[in-house]
Amino acid sequence: MKIVETSTIGEAVRRLALKACSRLTCDCREALAAARKQEDGAARFALDTVLENEAIAQRIGMPVCQDTGMACVLIELGQEVSLSGMPLSDAVNEGVRRAYEEGNFRKSICDPLTRVNTGDNTPAYLHVELVAGDGVKITFLPKGFGSENMSRIGMLTPAEGRQGIVDFIVEAVQKAGSRPCPPVVVGVGIGGSFDSCAYLAKRALTRPIESHNGREDVASIEREALEKINALGIGAQGFGGKISALSVLAEVAPTHIAGLPVAVNIQCHCVRCERETL
Amino acid sequence: MRKLFLPLTKEEKLSLRAGDCVLLSGTVYTARDCAHRRIFELLDADMPLPFSLKDAYIYYAGPCPAPEGFATGSCGPTTSARMNVFAPRLLDLGLGGMIGKGEMSGEVVAALVRNHAVYFAAVGGAGALYANAVKKSTLVAFPELLSEAVYRFEVEDFPAVVAADCRGETIYKR
Repeated sequence: MKIVETSTIGEAVRRLALKACSRLTCDCREALAAARKQEDGAARFALDTVLENEAIAQRIGMPVCQDTGMACVLIELGQEVSLSGMPLSDAVNEGVRRAYEEGNFRKSICDPLTRVNTGDNTPAYLHVELVAGDGVKITFLPKGFGSENMSRIGMLTPAEGRQGIVDFIVEAVQKAGSRPCPPVVVGVGIGGSFDSCAYLAKRALTRPIESHNGREDVASIEREALEKINALGIGAQGFGGKISALSVLAEVAPTHIAGLPVAVNIQCHCVRCERETL
Repeated sequence: MRKLFLPLTKEEKLSLRAGDCVLLSGTVYTARDCAHRRIFELLDADMPLPFSLKDAYIYYAGPCPAPEGFATGSCGPTTSARMNVFAPRLLDLGLGGMIGKGEMSGEVVAALVRNHAVYFAAVGGAGALYANAVKKSTLVAFPELLSEAVYRFEVEDFPAVVAADCRGETIYKR
């Protein structure tokens, strides 16, 4: 049994949050630079601005986007690990609290009804998955809500099948239009239950942009949906163009014989995601 | 890129076309969801507003805290569509225009047309670049709203695109 102090996990969350909010992922930067070459007019201006912004952010030490997001922390916890110290969620929240204060990040979490801000960006969204082994893999995804707001879930029927899935994904991006800061990255969950399907879509967003699902039938849904989305003409910031999405990333899980849940979690072009294994 | 100084004259507004890339300089007021609700409560109660709407420009934004030596922290635009319910009334009260991101409703575009106002799109996700364009920031109202408070920004060469012009043309595909 390996013993891990939860404060060590909290400290890792702090490190990851500080890094994540300050830069784009490498694959996001590359995808934006590639998209820029294909566009002209206002869309090109928007992509140029986004790329220049990251360089400025690095130079002056500011978050790339003011929406430093809901702090999504996904932990793969080896079942041979024994946690010691304060409760895990407290440790994670402490890491978030410190990072958002130190980094001059925006505190964006509030009560849903009174709208009173919690003042420190906690509580974090924490999802722990038990896995084999004795590792602790922590992924930090600061999730902005301009794009989160455009996400959808659909309880399709088995008869709607593959085509229904592709249509649902494309329709979600079309309805989102200019609002989620396109070109977007589209996280898709297929199967599971109402709630686990939504989680699959969120987890898909932690995959590299250029990756494909290992199952060919799922990868073909990713490809077809991406092609159809890019035919919509939304373009960067909705200014019109060839690239409306950088990637479609789908994850699947077995579901019930009566159902076909599909969740679409939309990520803006400002993909920020960092991970660390303890 | 064309340089514009806020507030714009009627002639300048009429000369702008959806899709024009511009650099804005002058005064803008930040306000997003909560600040709009507060402003509406004041209007409904016939109370004075924290700033005059006449020829003012609202920037739909909620900045990060300012690091040492900067007027503001990261401060790109937020999604304007959430303010669809607020913009027409403010435009009818004399607001000169708005800056945000993403398309706004037909009602907002109609209000822009009848008031000769303009909606500019800033580039979402470019928070650090926009922070660099803010030379001075003053807290104007609702400090308890933290990043959602109203700040007066003096901006210089703030890049934007004319998203909806006074003729009702927009850059967005419907």
